[in-house]
Amino acid sequence: MAAAADGHGGGGGLDPLHQFEIYPILPINIGGYDVSFTNSSLWMVIAAIVAYLIISRGVGAGSLVPTRMQVVAETLYSTVANMVRDNVGDAGKKYFPFVFTLFMFVLFGNLLGMIPYSFTFTSHLAVTFAMAATIFVTITIIGIMRHGLHFFSLFFPAGAPLATAPILIPIEIISYLSRPVSLSVRLFANMMVGHTLLKVLGSFAVMMGAAGILPLGLLVGITALEFLVAALQAYVFTILTCIYLHDAIHLH
Amino acid sequence: MVDDQLDKRLKDLGKRVKSAQAKRAERTGASGGGRGKPAEGMAVGVRITVEMIAGLAVGVCIGLYADKQLGTAPWLLILGFLLGAGASFANVLRTARELDARQARERQAAIDRASDE
Repeated sequence: MAAAADGHGGGGGLDPLHQFEIYPILPINIGGYDVSFTNSSLWMVIAAIVAYLIISRGVGAGSLVPTRMQVVAETLYSTVANMVRDNVGDAGKKYFPFVFTLFMFVLFGNLLGMIPYSFTFTSHLAVTFAMAATIFVTITIIGIMRHGLHFFSLFFPAGAPLATAPILIPIEIISYLSRPVSLSVRLFANMMVGHTLLKVLGSFAVMMGAAGILPLGLLVGITALEFLVAALQAYVFTILTCIYLHDAIHLH
Repeated sequence: MVDDQLDKRLKDLGKRVKSAQAKRAERTGASGGGRGKPAEGMAVGVRITVEMIAGLAVGVCIGLYADKQLGTAPWLLILGFLLGAGASFANVLRTARELDARQARERQAAIDRASDE
């Protein structure tokens, strides 16, 4: 992905979007649908395995004086636990496994994408929108199950005059429907922009010859920033899920 | 005897950690964190921008689709645009309010930590 991935783009030709190409590794066709195992699927599996290994190895020791891996696992756990407690409240404890899984998957998707020649599956709108849509549908069902028809009072702010209902209700419904869109577009746009920028600067460093030291220096800084963005966007994705969950459970 | 000494040392350490934390909270200001500020600011900016576009996009898409189904172009598109713009503003206001609340909470936490001597 970074400068090292330059071999991908091929010589002088600058194609910063080549890194986002999906190709099947194991072509599978079921009932006319293309369900091939692609490079994107491969990195999703790797992300899940890495997340599993870090947590299981970290928890496995369980000693009073923690090992390094244990500190990593405990930090990740307490970050998400605090997030759920602060944003959803005690009722959110039930949904902690869901939120934690989500956080780990997105975090490792983002971070593994920083390895040169790897593939960042979170840079595809299809992936992030599928996740956001799942979250959206799940949370809506949770809300309806907890509150029944009362759930729909979410679409009319308490205390507003009744005469404003014809305008407010459509606005609130559109605002509610825009949640999965903003949730997915934000993650996808951040990852895609960052990786494209890295690739473009990487190509500059190669093309400019000796003067390429300048973009190379810039690249070092941007790479560091990209690591921060990777963690931050996973955090934002999860915290917004928590906020939506809070709305569904407490209705405002 | 040895236990007493250890106890004293531990207490000493606790005191030093606390005063260092208080100093740090003072230095970084009550605005919380202080680390990675530019990236965090950018994250907030991107978040609000996307929030604004998403509301409008959903409104326009619903309008366009309804127009196509009912053959009422362009009226539902116009209505969808207006309602979408309203939803965008509602989104932005909600986001800003929530960010404000979080900042206030962090400030309170920093003050609590500093005065927790």
